[in-house]
Formats: sequence, C-alpha cells, structure tokens
Amino acid sequence: MKKTLIILRHEFQQTIRRKSFLILTLAFPILVVLGFGVYQGVQHWYQPPPPRELKVGFVDQMGLFKEYADQSGLTFIRYPSEEEAKADLLAGEIREYFLIPADYLSTGLITRYTLERELEPPAEIRAGIRNFLLSNLLAGKLSPEMLKRVKTPLLLNSLRLEESGEVAAQQNPLLGFFMPYIFALLFMLSIFFTSGYLQQGVGEEKESRVVEILLSSVSAKQLLAGKVLGLGAAGLLQMVIWLVTIKLSVTVASINIPLLSQLSIPLGLLILAILYFILGYLLFAALLAGVSSIFPTARESSQWSAIFTVPAVVLPMMFISVIISHPEGILSRVLTLFPLTAPITAMLRLPSGALPVWEVALSLIILAGSVAGAMWAAAKVFRLCLLMYGQRPSLKELLRYVAEA
Amino acid sequence: MSVVEVRRVSKSFGGNRVVDEVSFEVGAGDIFGLVGPNGAGKTTTIRMLMDIIKPDAGELRLFGEPLEEETKNRVGYLPEERGLYKKLTVTEVLTYLAALKDVPPGRAKSRAIELLQRTNMLPHQSKKIEELSRGMGQLIQFIATIIHDPDLVILDEPFSGLDPVNVFLLKEMIAELKGQGKAVILSTHLMNEVEELCDRILMINKGQAVLYGSLKEIKSQYRHNSIFVECDHLPEGLPGVLQVKDHGKHFELFLEDEVSPREVLNALLSQGVQVERFEVSTPSLAEIFVRVVKEGR
Repeated sequence: MKKTLIILRHEFQQTIRRKSFLILTLAFPILVVLGFGVYQGVQHWYQPPPPRELKVGFVDQMGLFKEYADQSGLTFIRYPSEEEAKADLLAGEIREYFLIPADYLSTGLITRYTLERELEPPAEIRAGIRNFLLSNLLAGKLSPEMLKRVKTPLLLNSLRLEESGEVAAQQNPLLGFFMPYIFALLFMLSIFFTSGYLQQGVGEEKESRVVEILLSSVSAKQLLAGKVLGLGAAGLLQMVIWLVTIKLSVTVASINIPLLSQLSIPLGLLILAILYFILGYLLFAALLAGVSSIFPTARESSQWSAIFTVPAVVLPMMFISVIISHPEGILSRVLTLFPLTAPITAMLRLPSGALPVWEVALSLIILAGSVAGAMWAAAKVFRLCLLMYGQRPSLKELLRYVAEA
Repeated sequence: MSVVEVRRVSKSFGGNRVVDEVSFEVGAGDIFGLVGPNGAGKTTTIRMLMDIIKPDAGELRLFGEPLEEETKNRVGYLPEERGLYKKLTVTEVLTYLAALKDVPPGRAKSRAIELLQRTNMLPHQSKKIEELSRGMGQLIQFIATIIHDPDLVILDEPFSGLDPVNVFLLKEMIAELKGQGKAVILSTHLMNEVEELCDRILMINKGQAVLYGSLKEIKSQYRHNSIFVECDHLPEGLPGVLQVKDHGKHFELFLEDEVSPREVLNALLSQGVQVERFEVSTPSLAEIFVRVVKEGR
C-alpha cells in the first residue's frame, strides 16, 4: 500500500511536469478566455456594414408581376425584353435577371441568368425571388397580415411535458446543444491523453528495462495500481481545472452576454460527470496498461490500443446527432450501457435531462464491473508480459496467461 | 543461517526447461558465483529469487523465510539489462528507487551522497541520466542497487561495458560488501571474474547444475596432475613423469597418478638443476567448464 502511494506520487509529479500535459491543461482555459475576449471585442467594435442594394432584373412574359418590386435588400427591375435585360447585366447595371415564362402558372419554372460562378443560388436571392413571386401571385387576394404569415408559416417552439402534465423546466438552448459537445470533447481529450501517458510510461520503462528494477522492489500489482492512480489523479486535476475555467469565465462573461447568465451547470451533473470521468479513465487505463505491457515498444502498443479507443470515440461521435435528437432512442440506450462508449454517451445525454436514473445507475454499475474485470486481467498480463522484451505473445498465449495466472 | 536457499527449483517457458532442478545455498559474507554461458538459465534463476517469476517446482527461501514482498526490501538487484529514467536527475532516480525499498527520504539522501562520493559521481548529482556516459549510468545503477543497504546483493553481469578503472572500483566495493557480512551473488559468463572474486560457485549449463561448491575444492578436483617448471635445462628420464610439453619459456610435466609434485622437485634439485619457477598447475575455470560440458555429452 505504501509503495503504491510512492509510485502514485511519482507518476503524478512526472505527469504534471510533462510539457504536453501543461500545454493541454492550460490551452483550454486560454482558448476560452481568448474566445470570450474576441466575442466581446467583436460585439463592441464591429458595426455591420450597411446592407447593399442588389438589383435584380426580370422579364415578365406572363404580365402578372407588377408590384412589390422592393423585397428586403433586393430591388426588382422590370425589363420589356430579354435582350435589354442581358445588355444591362453585361454592362453591370444589374446583378442578374430572371425570366418568368408565359406558362409559369402551370410549370412554376423560372430561369435565372447571372455572371457569378456559384454552387447554388445564394439564400437571400432565392428567398427574395420567392417572396416577390408570392406577393404578386397573392396580390389583392389576401390581407397584408395573411400575406406575411403565408411567407413564414412556422416558427416552432417545442416543450416537453412532465408525467404530471406540467411543462418541464425550460431547457437552455445553449446548455442543450453546446454543453454536450464541449463536455464530450474535454472528456475524450483528458481520458485519452492521460491513459496515453500511462501507456507511454509503461512502454518507456519496458524499453529502458527500468521495469526490472521496479519489479525487484514492488509487485506487478502495486506497480499497475500506482501508475493507474497517479496518472488518474493528474487527469482529474486537469478536468477540475477545465470545469473551474468554464464556471469562472461563464460567470465573468455573463455580465456582458445575458444569454450566458442562464447557463449553469447543476451540481448533480457535475458529480456524475466526475464519476463517469473516473470510471471511464480507469477502464481505459487498465486496458491500455495491459496492451502496453504486451508490446515491446510504446509506439507499437499505441497502434494496438486503437482497438479500444476507436470504438469509444467513433461510435458516440458518429451517432452524436442521433443521440442528441433522440436521447431516449434504442441506440442511445445501448451506447450508454456499453462500457467503452458509456462515459461519452452519458455526457451527451445527461445535459438534456433525458437520462433516467435507473439507466444512469445501470450504466455506472456495468462500467464499474468492467473496470474491475479489466484491472484484474491487466494485472495478470502485466505481470507475465512486462519482462518479455522483443517478443510478443500470440493471442492464444495471452488468453492462457489470463486463465492460468 | 543461509541467506539464500534454493531447493530443486525448475522453470519452463513454453515447454522449454530453462531451469532444471537447481539447488544451492549462499551464506552471509559469501561472494557466490553463478556461472554459465549465455542462456544457461542464470537470469531466470535470479528472477525467481526476486519473486519476479514464480518457479514451476521447488522451494526458494531468503533469510530463512519463503519469498514475500517485504523481503524485497532486503535485496538489491542489478539487472543485466541496464537502464534508468532518462529524463530524471541522478538524485531523483536514486531517491525514488530508494523510496520503493522503504528507505525514508532523509536517509536515502545521505546514503546517496555517501555513495556518490565513494564513486566520484557527486559532481554529477543534478545531471539528468541521459547526460551521463554509459559507464557513469552503470555506476548510478550500482548505487541504486545498494542504496538501501541490502543484506543480499545480486549482480547480473556487473562489469560488462565498464572501463578498467570502474571495473576496479566496482570490485573494491564488492569486496567491501563482503567485509560488511553481506551475501553477494555474482552472475556472469566471464570465468576469470569469478576466479578473482568468488568463494563458492554454481555452474549451470542448459538449465542444469554442472558444478557446485567451493572454488578451491572444484579446482583441486579437476586438477590434472601436471606441473610447470622454468629451469636452465631439463634432464631426460625423470622418474614418474609421463610426458613433457615444451611451452618455450617453460615446460609442462605430466605426472603419473600416484606421483606427487614434491618427488619431482626433489629429483630435479638432486640432479643440480637451476629451478627458476616450480608451480603445480591448476586448470582455469574456463577449462573446467569446457571439460565438464564435454564429459556431459
């Protein structure tokens, strides 16, 4: 126990002295502060330029489109013939022109001519032309209010009801959309960097043969435990620094950005986040430590550890939009319970409030169980493989080691 | 009481018997040679002593007790594969490794300074390991091996890669350990080192013990009855001499089994031969090893 603590302290000190750890830990707060600074600067100094008046010509072969020549930012100029419109376009008088054919009512087809190279018509032009056509088509048939509503028939506001029929507490849109991404990203960074350091450390000790001296002083179990916990403490410190940064900068920035003042991270969420972080880290640390003891160099083992890290990141990220829009769907549930993807998926689902207690509890239990299993197997493999230099056991041998030891 | 007791210990890797029923004992104040060619099973035997590898069969005892984690604190081990944390300073490495042997920080520091002074390494104490030469790194590793004042010191090929000055220094320090009543196990494939330093040896080949006991006894046991003579002239037909081999500067006389060297010397002197050197030949450990291995086949 005492020796485990000595290794823990050593690994912790070594990790927080690493340049890459310092850079990663400090980069995030600096980016956040810079980001808010830039935002406030832009708010303060930037005046949007006066909107340009765009001139759009049209040739009306139907003879129906006479009014509403001014749509927001666009002026529609009527040309009696296509030739004149084309001449003005080439002369730079107008930006573009379009043709309303005589059979427009039956086909709805409009042909647009422009000098610009574009992938597709700009949204404001498309909307402008649409509104111009709508206004003229409905001219005199509807009241102005009705006309306005026809142009924008839907402004959606969705609410969730509690079982009791009460409207559930309003979710902050920022919290609902940004927080999961930020959480998941930080989570991933911290877990993978920290367990990556562990892997690198084991690899280095193996390459430099220090491991032989270590094993003549402590048991493989003590060594594994000390390393995993020491690096975990460093990762936790990093996570706490990041969370405190978010909290502080949000508090400071909300003075000027009112929207942010609604943004608060509930204590329960914070505790769960830390719990998921610790368990998630322990799982990856145990798996990666086991992998790194098998392969002769740190480089080789980090290639193989992708077996665990890729699904853990790729699956939740691949389905991130599904998880966020259907947090209670079957896919979200499966990914929450599967131990490798549980931490990140839970982080994505938790802020939306769509994670029932039983599911959180079950996923934490499964995760904790996997941690225990992974630790147990890692200790076995660790003990047997640490002293094999240059040779790599086959999968069959590995399974035998775990079974025998 | 024996510091080390090994009884009929065996270990196989993947069906390959690396150590086969090996037994030996090492007492306090002994320098014990574990001798054999590369791949004979020396390192595996040592790793089993350190409880890094578990034996398949047999019994290992240190200080009269079965192996436990605590006994590791009383053992110092210099592995054959050398290496230390490259990014740490000499002092950091020594205090960390000492802490892992349960040495309190203050004591570790004073021991480190004492040993660095002894090896003339004190000026380098704040340097990083990667800034040191190979030989210096090896001295630091030797210091790390004995920093916790262990009762049993196991040295695996300690002299490989060292320059003659440091080899001499290391031999001196090993002799000091013996003087302090420590048990030392010296594992090496270089027979001349063993002859110089060890009192007792175990010679293993292909995992099996081929020779075990005090070096003196082994040597006299394997003595072929011959003598070296350096003299002005060698008379013909000396009694009891089977064969004479001329080595240029000296002759080697092979004697009949029941004839003692003294009888030959008397014969030479009585014939008025001017004798410059008269020496009973003892075979080198290397010769004995070759003979044992050949006979074993």
